[in-house]
Amino acid sequence: MKVAMGFLGAAALAFAGTAQAAGPTDPEIAHIAYTAGNIDIAAAKQALAKSHNATVRAFASEMVRDHQAVNDKALALLKELKVTPQDNATSDSLSKQADATLKRFAKLNEHDFDHAYLNNEVAYHGTVNSALKTTLIPSATNAQLKSLLETGLTLFTEHQKHAEHLAATLK
Amino acid sequence: MRIAVAALIAFILTAEAPAVGGTSRSYTIVIDKMKFGQTPPVLHRGDTILWVNRDLFRHSATAANRSFDIDLPAGKSVPMVVKSTGELAFACKYHPGMRGVLRVRP
Repeated sequence: MKVAMGFLGAAALAFAGTAQAAGPTDPEIAHIAYTAGNIDIAAAKQALAKSHNATVRAFASEMVRDHQAVNDKALALLKELKVTPQDNATSDSLSKQADATLKRFAKLNEHDFDHAYLNNEVAYHGTVNSALKTTLIPSATNAQLKSLLETGLTLFTEHQKHAEHLAATLK
Repeated sequence: MRIAVAALIAFILTAEAPAVGGTSRSYTIVIDKMKFGQTPPVLHRGDTILWVNRDLFRHSATAANRSFDIDLPAGKSVPMVVKSTGELAFACKYHPGMRGVLRVRP
């Protein structure tokens, strides 16, 4: 849990940095959202490689499938809008922190990993959802991008609740 | 909003249409934006439900008592003949917060 919170504290700060600026542009928002999705896909793939717990594996498969669907839709939308995602400090910070977390989690034994993964999923989705609500959705100017972010928020809120339930019941 | 209205109209239209060749009826339940749409007030055994998944995501319609478990890939529609009776609570097994109840009479 401490490991998870280390990443999440930093992730929250990364998003907070975004909020303090003038407000991210649509290309930056697209990059941040896509990066955040890829981070969760990478975490889920690590869970699928490391865990033998059926519940954890089912949840991780769901994360890969759902986040990939959102990211595929995002890419298609950006192509349609002729918008190129723009790398930015928030995306870079999120990626670096996520890489560090993957390395730390790789060293955990399976039991500790399962708990760390689910706790991290609760906290990570909470952080991303908060950023979507307070910064990314309000800052988005393109209606289709805003709508996709809102769909993402609905989905990720469900993910957060699901992860909370699993984390609370995992032995 | 436009999608929700279209879903409601589709539900009303199909709910009024008896199935061909019998007294059983066909209904449509639309999944959109991570929610099951309105369920028919009353169903009868032998009726057909068309589950329509308008989301980007894979869902399921899974009875709590496991009397049915319909896999619903993104953007697909799957028919299901209602076989069990009673109050059948169901949920998406991938997104357990998505829930509904079918009320089925003999």
